[in-house]
Amino acid sequence: MSYLQRQYRLEAVRKVFGRRQVALDGVDMGIQRGERVALIGPSGAGKTTLFRLLNCTLRPSSGKLWINGEDIETLHGKRLRQARLRIGTIYQQHNLVPRLRVIHNVLAGQLGRWSTFWSLSSLAKPHDVEVARKALSQVGIPDKIFERTDELSGGQQQRVAIARVLVQNPEVILADEPVSSVDPTLASTIVRLLIDISESTRKTLVVSLHSVDLALAYFPRVIGVKHGRAAFDLAPDKISDAMLEDLYAGSIRENDTQEAASEPTSPIAYPSIS
Amino acid sequence: MNQQAQLLTRPSHRSFFSYLFTALFLLTLVDSWQRTGIDLRVFFEAKGRDALWKFLTGMFPPDLSWNFLSLMLRPTLETIQISFWGTVIAVMIGFPLGLLGTNTLIVRGILNEAELQGAPVRRGLRYLVYLLARGILSLFRCIPEFVWAFMFVRAVGLGPFPGVLAIGVAYGGMLGKVYSEIFEGVNYRPLEALQSIGANKLQIFFYGWFPQALPNFVSYTLYRWECAVRASAILGLVGAGGLGQQIEISMRMFNFNEVLTILIILFLMVAGVDYLSAKVRALL
Repeated sequence: MSYLQRQYRLEAVRKVFGRRQVALDGVDMGIQRGERVALIGPSGAGKTTLFRLLNCTLRPSSGKLWINGEDIETLHGKRLRQARLRIGTIYQQHNLVPRLRVIHNVLAGQLGRWSTFWSLSSLAKPHDVEVARKALSQVGIPDKIFERTDELSGGQQQRVAIARVLVQNPEVILADEPVSSVDPTLASTIVRLLIDISESTRKTLVVSLHSVDLALAYFPRVIGVKHGRAAFDLAPDKISDAMLEDLYAGSIRENDTQEAASEPTSPIAYPSIS
Repeated sequence: MNQQAQLLTRPSHRSFFSYLFTALFLLTLVDSWQRTGIDLRVFFEAKGRDALWKFLTGMFPPDLSWNFLSLMLRPTLETIQISFWGTVIAVMIGFPLGLLGTNTLIVRGILNEAELQGAPVRRGLRYLVYLLARGILSLFRCIPEFVWAFMFVRAVGLGPFPGVLAIGVAYGGMLGKVYSEIFEGVNYRPLEALQSIGANKLQIFFYGWFPQALPNFVSYTLYRWECAVRASAILGLVGAGGLGQQIEISMRMFNFNEVLTILIILFLMVAGVDYLSAKVRALL
């Protein structure tokens, strides 16, 4: 039973929104435990939808998805929440609660383990202050623990999000464009931080990046996603320039700061008077 | 290009309807004038003018004697207390019903997607709960607090208690509806992140939803409390305690100077509550 060692197994996974907006169009892949994988591809290729399937936010419209050998179709209620607890996700941005203090955002990583009452009382007087402090030290901002989250910079907020995942201590870390809203030097620092964490604690790591260079430099396995399918799934030294060109053909490569608006905006939404 | 063409066709398209609606609007104005018996001559005819004059001059000077003021102390306090407990009850009714009436918490959207996909029965049940909460809220608020007070006076007897109940129920309906709108208007990305950690709905609510909604939640609740102060002053007219009852008594005895005193007290009270809630809002 080889799939038992697999973190993820996807078979012909499709995800369709509404009637005909096809986000994923037959994805087959397997990801082993402890593996580190980068996803690249043009925006709108279906990476975010794929992440939402991998962290059990959405379910496939058709096809099969196993996590740790468990068919996610069979997971509901408490078992679904427990499956989610074992998967940590870091998003591009806006994934922290801005009005809460940093410590509560970090301790939110415990919510899957805490009872409702215990988590409520933590809002009044934080439990596990030391756990939060340790996680924040690991990402290099222990002094921000009692500040309000919306007073931190974008890069610091991303570190808070990583600290939250550290507190959650999942088997898998998923990171959907974790560095697209920070500057390039900070970007490689954060990617390296994620890799360190996955190496030292043997966690599976799946990261989507629109910086191809980062993906090729740091990951032993790179999957190109286009039109809701895997265009290639190779080691970085086997990926040719032609393949990359093909992957991004017909789309504009976004620069590193621009992808903040994830919803496609219509160019004629606000026509000018002239 | 497309847009421009549409803009050009629109005015001629609209003109027929704009004439029609203007005509309907004027008709409504005229008809309503007649049927509501608006008659400005009252202010100019001798009889109407005398009555008005008697009422207005009768108000001056306001009765500021200690005797009367001390008599008003209790009803004034009672009015504030009615509004206070009325609002507390309204929050206790509006908060849970508002939660159940929040579409994105119960039925739709990213927080229900995984749980409800391929489970039509569960989705149907959730939708039923949502509709029920919405229904109760509209029932509560479409009946005016005045009518609620009437009914509660019949049910529990005269005094401030039916006033508290009337405000609690009517305002609970209004608060619940606005709460659900406030809850629906938050940013869902932090909530999605909390869900992906394995948090349950209540945890998501208290860690992500409520902190985002808090400023609007508090300021709307305070605004409703201001309204409740005014309302509870009036509810006395149907026998539900407070200053309203005193207005009714003074009016009936033609003691218009006492009426003015009560109106001044009301004004000060509402201004005070206004000031207080502005202070609280500034803290947020």
